[in-house]
Amino acid sequence: MTTLKLILRNRLAAFGGLVLLLLIVVCLAAPFLPLADPDLTDPANRLKRPFSEGALLGTDHLGRDLLSRLIWGTQLSLAVGFGAATIAALVGSAMGIVAGFYGGRTDGLIMRGVDMLMAFPYILLALAIVAILGPGLLNALYAVAVVNIPFFARNIRGATVAVAHREFVDAARLCGESRLKIVCSEILPNVLPVIVVATSTTIGWMILETAGLSFLGLGSQPPQADLGSMLGEGRKLLITAPHASIVPGVMIFLIVMSVNLLGDGIRDALDPRLRSGALSRPAAATLVDRKEALSPGRGEALLEVSDLRTEFQVGRRVYKAVGGVSFQVRPGECLGVIGESGSGKSVTALSLLGLVASPPGVITGGAVVFDGADTLAMAPEALRRLRGGRVAYIFQDPLATLHPLTRIGDQLVEAVRAHRPLQRQAAWAHAVELLERVRIPNAAQRAKAFPHELSGGMRQRVAIAMALANDPDLIIADEPTTALDVTVQAQVLALLDELRRERGLALVFITHDFGVVAQLCDRVAVMYAGKIVETGPTGEVLERPCHPYTSRLIACVPELGAGQRQLEAIPGLPPPVDALPSGCAFAPRCAKADAACRQGEIALETRGRRGLRCLHPEAEEVA
Amino acid sequence: MLGYALKRLLALIPVLFGLTVIVFLMMALIPGDPATAILGSYATPENVEQLNRQLGLDKPLFEQYVIWLGNLLEGDFGRSHSLNRPVLDEVLERFSATLVLAGAALILCTVFGLLVGIWTAARQYGWTDRIFTFLVLIGISIPSFWLGLLLILLFAVKLRWLPASGMFAIYGGGGPLDLLTHLVMPAATLAVVATGVIARLTRSAMLEVLRQDFIRTARAKGVSERRVLYGHAFKAALVTIIPVIGVQAGFVLGGAVYIETVFQWPGVGRMLVQAISTRDILLVQGGVVVVAASYVLFNLLADLAQSWLDPRVKT
Repeated sequence: MTTLKLILRNRLAAFGGLVLLLLIVVCLAAPFLPLADPDLTDPANRLKRPFSEGALLGTDHLGRDLLSRLIWGTQLSLAVGFGAATIAALVGSAMGIVAGFYGGRTDGLIMRGVDMLMAFPYILLALAIVAILGPGLLNALYAVAVVNIPFFARNIRGATVAVAHREFVDAARLCGESRLKIVCSEILPNVLPVIVVATSTTIGWMILETAGLSFLGLGSQPPQADLGSMLGEGRKLLITAPHASIVPGVMIFLIVMSVNLLGDGIRDALDPRLRSGALSRPAAATLVDRKEALSPGRGEALLEVSDLRTEFQVGRRVYKAVGGVSFQVRPGECLGVIGESGSGKSVTALSLLGLVASPPGVITGGAVVFDGADTLAMAPEALRRLRGGRVAYIFQDPLATLHPLTRIGDQLVEAVRAHRPLQRQAAWAHAVELLERVRIPNAAQRAKAFPHELSGGMRQRVAIAMALANDPDLIIADEPTTALDVTVQAQVLALLDELRRERGLALVFITHDFGVVAQLCDRVAVMYAGKIVETGPTGEVLERPCHPYTSRLIACVPELGAGQRQLEAIPGLPPPVDALPSGCAFAPRCAKADAACRQGEIALETRGRRGLRCLHPEAEEVA
Repeated sequence: MLGYALKRLLALIPVLFGLTVIVFLMMALIPGDPATAILGSYATPENVEQLNRQLGLDKPLFEQYVIWLGNLLEGDFGRSHSLNRPVLDEVLERFSATLVLAGAALILCTVFGLLVGIWTAARQYGWTDRIFTFLVLIGISIPSFWLGLLLILLFAVKLRWLPASGMFAIYGGGGPLDLLTHLVMPAATLAVVATGVIARLTRSAMLEVLRQDFIRTARAKGVSERRVLYGHAFKAALVTIIPVIGVQAGFVLGGAVYIETVFQWPGVGRMLVQAISTRDILLVQGGVVVVAASYVLFNLLADLAQSWLDPRVKT
């Protein structure tokens, strides 16, 4: 039982479960414990303080033993709470499954009724039900159960709808199984976790609510007493005998707290999203944990990346996404970084200004020197000034990367004002200007639009405009055309190229598309499994690829007019970056690989303008 | 925006209509004869029959509902037999007291819930996060009616800082300061649970949003971390938080029943509890209709606030 293990590993949940178990055991053992009769009055010994002789927790206003009353009251409260939860879970889940599975009219009718009930404040509805049925513990139980039914019905319906149209349910339908059988064998097992989570997170409430109704005098009636009515009776003597209200209150609190702790544990264990521990808050900049900082070599390059290493540390696993990447970009130059998805190209791009989500990302080595300063060693404020200032990013999929609730004009204004002390109006005028520069028609109007109101191509232009906001020297573009159709892609590329020539800005262009590289980039670096395997001027690499991977990658690009050529996919998959093979990472997929390829690190050898990490090049390099 | 608000307002009509149907049916379901309840068990059958005719209880259920709804719309909620005054007068008077209490509690829980939620999300796994997370856990597990008693013991009995009960002092009370000193304890007690719920939700909503791509974009723009947190993440998180605040309004209105009983606050909740024990059905009916309608209206406001914040909702 992995779920049980997960719950028990959560210390708080285990603690809650233990307390609850203990209470249940004590309550079940109540008839066999040497307790005084909980209803036996003894006026001579009324209102004895706790720890007095013969009454460990003292006595109440009628001289009844509080310890005994507490244990019996706990038994009653627990029974009523669990009873209400069971009824609510059964009826609510049944309604939810029926509504979700049958859909249509049935669904409409049930959910309309549920919505109606939800229009009432929770406790008010319980009160109204008690008003009808009359005060009494059983009636309080019914009231609390009814009030909780809508919650179950809604949640379970949602879960059922999600399951009801999955393939295996369709398959069962096609097999001619009866609806009841499908519900029992296909639907129920799949929505059961949702039912369990809903029950475990609401049962505490239900215990609390029934105690509350008893506290108001609408639940259990004397002499029968649950914790709530004990508290209600104690309240009348609050000042003279505070222990009579403190004792049952502590018990209710203890029960509800332990139930909630356990419930949270169950929810965390059954909710896969939380299980992965992915809900960590990414820090403002990627964590840098370098053994030694490389001394920045001051060359003519605007950006000099040397031996950059970025890892993702998830639990005990370490994913080496970037394993020692070095490249340079001169002012006005365009470098294309190309590779399959998972090759580490995007993580490389994000690492440059510490934008890799951290946790789990950690930069474990190397240096990123921009204009003489190592960005990995920068103070947060200096890094912030660089981001969007002299170095700007363009991301792919601007529907996700633009703020969904803010007008694009305001997002541009923010980009401008993060770096320049401009008045809002002036910044807005500048924002409109930027939109015009990326050729968005009717820019003054469009600036007031929200991202979801624009087309994909428009949004990408907005993202480019945002990158241009502060006249950067370097733009890092991470697959900015991937989500676009071909004509729009061509327009965006032309725009970027024009801007580059016009302003002499340098460009690092991340892509998986050799066609795009050929169109735009001066030089190209091919990445595989976190390393650069080949680099050189675009034309040369395209004409004479040396690394087997590069040539296979180029062979994957369809050529216009070369109709009969067979497109060759690369067999196999890239290796998982948490289990990289020693030697060449491409060896398992390479036809030329031999024993030497699988042994030890293969260095990136530089000859002239080209670099190569291969023992058996496809073509002789040109010096 | 205005058109959307109008549409939502019109959509309320069936909800309010259904609400009256439910309340009416509930009260009609009550076992026993209301006339006997009013006249007492010594009434003669002739008396009972006469009162039944007088009250219109001999007519079919549907007709009774139409008459009842018509009266409701005219502001006639009937007459409370235990208080011998019009139900509406009593309910409105009590409801205004509840509104003061619940409103104060709602403001408290929203402000503190959001603050704690943002604070803990920003310092995830730090020691303040742990402390607040633990406090929040206590807050949502503690029975509010018990917490109220503890507070009375501490602040009213022991320290004598605050009055133990009521809305105004009996002698020489009535000023806003007097109201405030009476309001502090009940409002704080009422707010505790909702604060915990809102804080929890805000924390998880913030953490959820902080992982999204547009936050990375904001950082890539060079926006300060403060602005990333409050301007970008919080704005997006509010979309999920606002409906929950709307739901909390229901919990606060309902929880007022306990708090009003504990602190002797002259609100509609305590009135309902008393009306149930005296079997004053018309009073229960009136109270439930007014409170439920106000809850529906509040949720409309939450809806509108959300659509104002999130332009995607309207389309």
